[in-house]
Amino acid sequence: MTTLIIGGGVVGLSIAFGLLQQGKSVLVLDGGDGDFRASRGNFGLVWIQGKGVDCPSYSNWSRRSAGLWPGYAEDLKKLTGIDISLSQKGGVDYFTDETELKDRIAALESLKQAVGGDYPFEVLDHSGLKKLVPEIGPKVIGGLYSPMDGHVNPLLLLQALSSAVRRLGGDLRTGAQVVGIEAADRAFSVRLANGDRAEGEAIVLAAGLGASELGPELGFKAPVRAQQGQVLITERLPFFLNYPSGTLRQVNEGGVQIGASKAEIGADDREDLGTIAKLARHAVDVFPHLAPVNLVRSWAALRVMSPDGLPIYQRSTKYEGARFVTCHSGITLAAAHARLLPDWVVGSNQVPDLSDFSEARF
Amino acid sequence: MSRDIYDIAIIGAGPAGMAAAIEADRRGASVVLLDEQPRPGGQIYRNVGIATPRQREVLGQDYAKGDALVTALERSGAKHLSDITVWQITGTGRIAYSRKNQAEQLEARQVIVATGATERPVPLPGWTLPGVLTAGAAQILMKSGGLVAEDAVLVGSGPLLYLIAAQMVAAGSPPKAMIETQTGSDLQAAMKHLGGALRGWRYLAKGLSLIAQLKRAGVRRYTGAGDIKVLGSDRAEAVSFTWKGRELRIETDTVLLHQGVVPNTQITRSLQLDHRYEEDQRCFVPVTDTFGLSSSPIVSVAGDGAGIGGAAVAALSGQLAALGALHRLDLITNETFETSSAPILETRAKELAVRPFLDRAYPPSQQTLKPVDTTIICRCEEVTAGDIRRYAALGCKGPNQAKAFGRSGMGPCQGRYCGLTVTEILSAENGISQQETGALRIRSPIKPVTLGELAAYQEEEHA
Amino acid sequence: MFTPLETASGRQVTFNFDGREFTAQEGTPLAAALLGAGVSEFRSTPVSASPRGPFCMMGACFDCLVQIDDVTVQACMTPVRDGLVVKRIPRPDVSAEPHDSAPQGSENSREALRA
Repeated sequence: MTTLIIGGGVVGLSIAFGLLQQGKSVLVLDGGDGDFRASRGNFGLVWIQGKGVDCPSYSNWSRRSAGLWPGYAEDLKKLTGIDISLSQKGGVDYFTDETELKDRIAALESLKQAVGGDYPFEVLDHSGLKKLVPEIGPKVIGGLYSPMDGHVNPLLLLQALSSAVRRLGGDLRTGAQVVGIEAADRAFSVRLANGDRAEGEAIVLAAGLGASELGPELGFKAPVRAQQGQVLITERLPFFLNYPSGTLRQVNEGGVQIGASKAEIGADDREDLGTIAKLARHAVDVFPHLAPVNLVRSWAALRVMSPDGLPIYQRSTKYEGARFVTCHSGITLAAAHARLLPDWVVGSNQVPDLSDFSEARF
Repeated sequence: MSRDIYDIAIIGAGPAGMAAAIEADRRGASVVLLDEQPRPGGQIYRNVGIATPRQREVLGQDYAKGDALVTALERSGAKHLSDITVWQITGTGRIAYSRKNQAEQLEARQVIVATGATERPVPLPGWTLPGVLTAGAAQILMKSGGLVAEDAVLVGSGPLLYLIAAQMVAAGSPPKAMIETQTGSDLQAAMKHLGGALRGWRYLAKGLSLIAQLKRAGVRRYTGAGDIKVLGSDRAEAVSFTWKGRELRIETDTVLLHQGVVPNTQITRSLQLDHRYEEDQRCFVPVTDTFGLSSSPIVSVAGDGAGIGGAAVAALSGQLAALGALHRLDLITNETFETSSAPILETRAKELAVRPFLDRAYPPSQQTLKPVDTTIICRCEEVTAGDIRRYAALGCKGPNQAKAFGRSGMGPCQGRYCGLTVTEILSAENGISQQETGALRIRSPIKPVTLGELAAYQEEEHA
Repeated sequence: MFTPLETASGRQVTFNFDGREFTAQEGTPLAAALLGAGVSEFRSTPVSASPRGPFCMMGACFDCLVQIDDVTVQACMTPVRDGLVVKRIPRPDVSAEPHDSAPQGSENSREALRA
């Protein structure tokens, strides 16, 4: 039995990797070089603090994935030799505004209660934070540290996954743009732009923004929209930054990555000057010593957002064997997707409870 | 911050940009010309305005031809902003640039991109060693550094290689040797274009005269050379190569590489204009009409940036691009547009006649188009040809995926010296055309800019 | 090696690169001034620490990078002026992970780290 996976980004490949580890046969169909790809443009965080403030089960699911990450990274390294530079020493969020900090503390406190108290984080004032991160500037009034957070090199992850899927015997076809799906129970036939076809008994739609078009053919609403995010990367610097934040991290090659904006402007992945300047200002506010540092590149990428921003895990009610997966935190959730989701895909007994993430909520 | 608005902004003050600025100004448009260098001229006429008699003697008559353009530009009313780094152009004609470490911007109704050419990448073993430069770099050093390479070995092929060698001879420092990659069969393939090329006979005569000069000066030439390597641990020490079945080695601490020039498409690609792979010149060129108009209604491309034609063609293209822009802006009548452009078009066609012959006689060498696995192809991130082949095996179809996998094109040069090679390797590995394989997407900033400068930017605008 | 085409006629100025004093004609591209003085290696790469120097001389290759006033610049695009102090770029030490430092704030922090 072959499972077709539509989408060769981090989400699709993680599921493929997990299925292959269970001995299943998979065929991954991946699009073109110029397609919108969150897997190439994301910030690279394995991030927990502040996620799921209004949805404790999302917080728990993310946390569970973060816990699975070390083993997942190790699996990939063993199989491919690629060290994807996972670091989970904790993360820091920096604040320059008193009210924002207070609001965030309140939100984390309420989330901590909602998840039963196990939600470690620490509030640091300017001097407390300065001991942790000596480079912060005077505009930083304080921050939040949580040992739950971390980061990874998302591009090495993408490469490692591509390599792992092939090494485990998976069929990964790139440049394979899916233009149509003919569906029946446990029988799916996919049409490609070049006229080729691919067949499988199960199908996972993990096509990011492409899902909105393909979803209805499998009986999904697939209500996803693009949300643009812009990111900056500096020249390589000597290492100084131990902890990632939601907006600043030093990548394993030495560059400081600065992000990320949010813009509801549709499927537009062009960077713009106003946003670049705003991100640069934030970076220099937090770390004044970055002022003379060169920006080497900026980019914009598109987040794949559901209406409430949470993931969707949906089994088709129309065709047996069809699954729909989408989320905007494909890196944080990658370990869960590889280790837990395959059971949900094949429908075995050890299925994680994903009922809070069904499409029925929309 | 109030922004200046111009009818026409021109990027690059080489022959194309200067000619465009002069033409547009002469016909009443408000014109701004932005350039990286302190003085107009581009690379070909670099520093011509302040060249010493000795430099003029060494560099020759073709260099001195730049005087006329530079003088005309200086006399024109076009605003010339020198020492400028343009780091973003938008599809609406907004140009962001740095001047004296300050971010500034302006707007234009029509933009003419005249950013010329860069040397084609020459990925050979050892090409990253100190002491290895492009041949063009050696010429720039004559123009703006007052320096000539001593006991240098020239490697590669193309008319510019002969010109630079002859200039070195004139400077009293002839190259130690020329290791040339073009072969007899390249010449044979070129011969069928000889008829057309004879319309541009002056270029051919000039080329033959350069070669004769080199012969008279006793410069040793090894044509049809292969398997070229620059040897050395911390800097260039020697070049080894095969020639007529023999393995040779020449000691030198200065190696000058040249495999022709290719359009600098960083800006046109950052604007996501349509590009096509030009088979004859083995490079990507922006798709343009006769007047250089690109797929954007407000952006034209003039000079070598639109396809390699040389300095004379560039100046003519600059004039044509200016006429096209003036016409779109209704600053000239239909009649003026047509009568003014007709003779320029005719001259340009004559000047271009020699190109097909030259393109075939001096193609990029197979060794640099298909580098061996261990050769570094991305100088910034030190990615090898073998890495790219490995990514192809993992399913990489295009250079953007290869960049995500292995960082080729992510360094400070933004793919200027690896992009074409990555496309060639992926195309060969995947059996897909270069056109379909595509080119790197170029993002802002076109050149690095400090965070501090960017951070100050918006505040100014709000003030 | 690169040697002068002629005896320099312009104003000679002094600048410093990596702790050494050099003289050059004012306005000469810094990369040319150093090449003329026999310096062809300007930096070592962040990837493999291999030596690099000027390659294209026209601002395209970014191999001649140096630092002036803490800003990384292209030596081929920087004119020499009197008193210029030019440094080599500090290389990120890829082998050295940033040092581990635990939060030092309240009791809560140590508890947080144990959790």
